[in-house]
Amino acid sequence: MRSIFTRFGAAAAAAGALLPTAALAAAVEGAVTKQSTNYEAIVMFAIFVLATLGITYWAARRTKSAKDFYAAGGGITGFQNGLAIAGDYMSAASFLGIAGLVYANGFDGLIYSVGWLVGWPIILFLIAERLRNLGKYTFADVASYRFQQTPIRTLAACGSLATVTFYLIAQMVGAGKLIQLLFGMDYLYAVIIVGVLMIAYVTFGGMLATTWVQIIKAVLLLSGASFMAIMILAKFGFSPEALFKRATEVHANGLKIMQPGALVTDPISAISLGMALMFGTAGLPHILMRFFTVADAKEARKSVFYATGFIGYFYLLTFTIGFGAIVLLLSPDASGAFPFLDAAKVAAAGGKVTPAMITGGTNMAAIHTANAVGGSLFYGFISAVAFATILAVVAGLTLAGASAVSHDLYASVFAKGRASERDEIRVSKITTVIIGIVSIFLGIAFENQNVAFMVGLAFAIAASANFPILLMSMFWKRMTTRGAVMGGWLGLISAIVLLVLGPTVWKSVLGNPAPIIPYDNPGLFSITLAFVGIWLFSITDNSQAAKDEQRAFDAQYIRSQTGLGAEGASAH
Amino acid sequence: MQANAQRILDNPKFQELIAKRSAFAWTLSVIMLVIYFGFILLVAFGKQFLGTPIGSGVTTWGVPIGVFTIVSAFILTGIYVRRANGEFDELNRQILEESK
Repeated sequence: MRSIFTRFGAAAAAAGALLPTAALAAAVEGAVTKQSTNYEAIVMFAIFVLATLGITYWAARRTKSAKDFYAAGGGITGFQNGLAIAGDYMSAASFLGIAGLVYANGFDGLIYSVGWLVGWPIILFLIAERLRNLGKYTFADVASYRFQQTPIRTLAACGSLATVTFYLIAQMVGAGKLIQLLFGMDYLYAVIIVGVLMIAYVTFGGMLATTWVQIIKAVLLLSGASFMAIMILAKFGFSPEALFKRATEVHANGLKIMQPGALVTDPISAISLGMALMFGTAGLPHILMRFFTVADAKEARKSVFYATGFIGYFYLLTFTIGFGAIVLLLSPDASGAFPFLDAAKVAAAGGKVTPAMITGGTNMAAIHTANAVGGSLFYGFISAVAFATILAVVAGLTLAGASAVSHDLYASVFAKGRASERDEIRVSKITTVIIGIVSIFLGIAFENQNVAFMVGLAFAIAASANFPILLMSMFWKRMTTRGAVMGGWLGLISAIVLLVLGPTVWKSVLGNPAPIIPYDNPGLFSITLAFVGIWLFSITDNSQAAKDEQRAFDAQYIRSQTGLGAEGASAH
Repeated sequence: MQANAQRILDNPKFQELIAKRSAFAWTLSVIMLVIYFGFILLVAFGKQFLGTPIGSGVTTWGVPIGVFTIVSAFILTGIYVRRANGEFDELNRQILEESK
């Protein structure tokens, strides 16, 4: 047991050095020991699983065409899609991770919340309606609209698969660890359950089932977090000032928790992180795919409006919950004991408590707080919700990965657009099963690795490869296939290389004494490189194909602006 | 489709839609970027200011500024959706109608 807590403590202490990626990380990292079996949580999670499998059965009977499978027939409303986007985006990392960050560091947690949110308005203003008007099932439909299909689709599919894979590994390992901690179940079983369920949701129910799993999860998470925040504020007469005041009294860092700390030190890191978060959000394939599930541009816009509202509200809740955790977990109870802290550590420190003494690590702050405000039943509920959260996110990721293979690689690159709809869906389902099985194995293989950097890597790739080609294809008439391919690959490769040479991977993961590149987040450099690459290799491209592509811009432009000829909703 | 496209390109209403909507979208984007990077630069350079308590309490200026950044994202999306789904979509409908 001891080693877990020291590792969590070390993780919390190293947070300053490891961030930005640590805040993007899966919920739990480092070694974890199985806890006693938590029956309330298991029963509630079982109810969630049964309900979602019921929905999958219902969705399977309505999923017939490719449009049903990839885009839920285009019949999701803006409000539903807003909830589903929120469900897709609010990962266990943002719930447990940010609440834990606020609990340990106070104000600094808010900096991350803000960064995770501000990409959404930009998606709305610049991307959402064009994406909806031009695309069909994947963002590659849009990026390759007037270009040579094979090179662009291959690039977009590689960007999608890389993003999805790194994201999935982090989620699988996080799920396994979380389940050990929360449910007292074996890591192996946890990873297998997640893998099997995500295969079931996606192969049978396609986008319709995935959407409803995400909606249910979003509603559960938002209501659970609201309840916690209200209970916390109620203890202080709904005065945030009173809550903050009490928190500064019990937290070891005192008034410092109300000030920005060492999380963001130099402006290069700060801006780089900001860019990766903002543009990464706009390049995540599983998020972009959600825009094809609504009927038209009008509903697509509404989706972002509702999603921004739900996600923003959620971050305000996690901030409150984090401060609630400080007060509730670091104050002694009636008998003078600290029920949520490691008793041995508290005794060793002579009763001077610090946030790092928490049982199970700082990422458990929100979960313990649930116990403190709502008792064991509510603790079980929040544990089940945390696990449901992971399921909803992996389902979306799996569907995006499967679509990249079936719709982009198989139907467009391999079959040159001559594949039948049935074949395409079959390939998609086979890919889903393969992705599910591979994720289970990767989850097992990476059990004892630090996977925190992988979500950061996923965001960096999305921001440096997917986003630039998508944006430029819609906005810049003179982009050519050559420019897009060169710029996209430059962004993709430089993001990976710079991240590997940076402090997070080179020093912390690979154990080298000093990083080759001092910056944690490669965003500023790799994103710039991608845009410069697109520009340079486009303007120097004088081929006939390039001229045709530039000429085709007008037709694309009209469709992107007016929706003339855009994909509609299917009849049923 | 080709003839439609040409009619749309020639329609002054289309030019009007593009000009208005682009200006609006870019203005709001710039406002969002200024608010966000303003906040980030304050975090990098203005720690002192963000960490100053408001009045005699413990709540620092950083809290309302951070919350304002979050709320502004929501409000800006609301402003855009309201105008795009109303005024701009009506103009768009007329353009598509006239192109037939």
